[in-house]
Amino acid sequence: MSHLVRLSDLKEYAKLLLSNRVGVIGLALIIPFIFIAVFAPYIAITDPMKVGTSEEILLPPCPGHPLGTDDMGRDVWSLLVYGSRVSMLVGFLAALIGIGIGSFVGLVAGYYRGIVEEVIMRLVDIVMVIPTLPLMIVLAAVLGPSLWNVIIAISVVGWPSTARIVRSQVLSVRERPYVEAARCLGAGDLRLMFSEILPNVVPIIFAETILWVSEAIYSEAVLSFLGLGDPMHASWGMMLHFAFESGVMSVAWWWVLPPGMCIALVVLGFSLFGSAVNEILNPRYRELLYY
Amino acid sequence: MGMKEYVAKKLFAAALTIFGSICINFLIFRILPGDPLRMIIKDPRVKPEAMERLRRRFGLDKPLWVQFIVYLTRLAQGDMGMSFWQKRPVLEVVLDRLWPTVLLVGSAFLISLVIGVVTGAIVGWKRRSKMSALIYSVSLVVYMIPTFWLGILLLLVFGYWFGLFPLGGMKTPGIKPGPIGYWLDVLNHMVLPLIALIFWYFGEYVVVMRSAMLDVLTEDYITTARAKGLRERVIMWDHAVRNALLPVTTLTAINAGWIVAGAIEAEIVFSWPGVGRLIYDALMKRDYPLLQGTFLVLTVSVVLANLLADIVYGYLDPRVREEAAKL
Repeated sequence: MSHLVRLSDLKEYAKLLLSNRVGVIGLALIIPFIFIAVFAPYIAITDPMKVGTSEEILLPPCPGHPLGTDDMGRDVWSLLVYGSRVSMLVGFLAALIGIGIGSFVGLVAGYYRGIVEEVIMRLVDIVMVIPTLPLMIVLAAVLGPSLWNVIIAISVVGWPSTARIVRSQVLSVRERPYVEAARCLGAGDLRLMFSEILPNVVPIIFAETILWVSEAIYSEAVLSFLGLGDPMHASWGMMLHFAFESGVMSVAWWWVLPPGMCIALVVLGFSLFGSAVNEILNPRYRELLYY
Repeated sequence: MGMKEYVAKKLFAAALTIFGSICINFLIFRILPGDPLRMIIKDPRVKPEAMERLRRRFGLDKPLWVQFIVYLTRLAQGDMGMSFWQKRPVLEVVLDRLWPTVLLVGSAFLISLVIGVVTGAIVGWKRRSKMSALIYSVSLVVYMIPTFWLGILLLLVFGYWFGLFPLGGMKTPGIKPGPIGYWLDVLNHMVLPLIALIFWYFGEYVVVMRSAMLDVLTEDYITTARAKGLRERVIMWDHAVRNALLPVTTLTAINAGWIVAGAIEAEIVFSWPGVGRLIYDALMKRDYPLLQGTFLVLTVSVVLANLLADIVYGYLDPRVREEAAKL
């Protein structure tokens, strides 16, 4: 009955995943971007923040600048390449932190039940109703523009849905005979929670995390587009922010098209891959989401 | 669970949520690192004595719980403070922006509901045709396109390059047309943001409607209908689509709750004078009372709209009430 993922199962899962067309398309979209993010210094042409001379402003694509330059003479290709780093970093970190908090809260609520669960789930209900984008905007605005604050703003908004999903899973796992057996053997609360129950919730958490990376990357793009990003780290959203605010975007298509396309492809990739993983690991996922 | 009990339960939950979001709204702007006064007054040349005077005037020298009670009392009287930027009460500024948002998002919501459901039904019904697969993939991809970027593209192509539509706003300034001219003008401004929003909602409905259709098509009553020799058209619309509509109702109820908060990106790109754009304006002008007030109004509208959707949904489907009783 256990959902525990064993190492021997991993091969099986990988095979399932590779036979899933949606998952493969998702991976095919993600992998190039991860590659670009990791090897950014070798792929970029110049330092993305290097401001060009006055002749280098708003150049259309040409041999020296394959994607032209922006209104400060910066190389769009290099900005794009380094932007993938910001997206991946924020995406993964925000997802991990948000999922971490959500899983912990869900675990505690589902394990202890009673008044603890009541209070936690009420709080979850409240935070879930607050519109996510405005909450992120307000948090990022009050905290001030930095990469970490963007990550915090995104993860603070994300934990409640995970908490809800994890809790409902914990509720069914905690009643299983082996948990009872471990309790009879004298296992304490912490041991029961983290080494008996948690491993069985991991598949759900894993699939959630991938879907969450997609959401987090999108959120980072929106926040940066609104000018709430870290000005020291150029991201795709920020490129669009500058293009939009510059008032000259109508003449510089090479500056506007690529960042948006990157955001769309990465978000699509993670969300396709995440739903494929979900389908394989948690067939009953949708029912859980809508109770 | 009876309808009365269900409504009472939902009302209580909504009241609790509103109180919770008031608390969160209060705390975000006070507890977080940084002096609230310094957020407003960026100028470092302001003397410490002047800051102290202002602190006392705003009541920021009092303990947090006193500040909270003052905040609650003022809020109960509809006082959300003054907007620095507009020099008007915050509530007034926000309420002015409510109607354009409801107009824009409400229209997008209804249009995409109709087109999305019909498309999803057809795609699900003809699930084996190449055309369906194509339409389905396109709507998925369209759903993933960042709304603000799609908005920028539309603005670029149809606004700047072809000059077909205005570049932003809701009305052409300076002209005073009659009622028909007024509406035509608003409609003209609304086309591009509307398209951007419809694209976004549309994909969701296609996906949900298609999977509901696929579920329904395996049901015995479809086979029965075929065996009875009914025409395909009748089977599709009267037997399949009707039953596939239930999950769509859930989605509609959820989406309806987000009408007020749903168009921030589109509103910003097209300078649509709605609540979403107001958040951006408040941000750009560093008008924190306005930002706080807009955020609260948005949250409360979402809670109220969700409450309404819950009640309608519970009325339509008794099973929802049973579920609520279990929670």
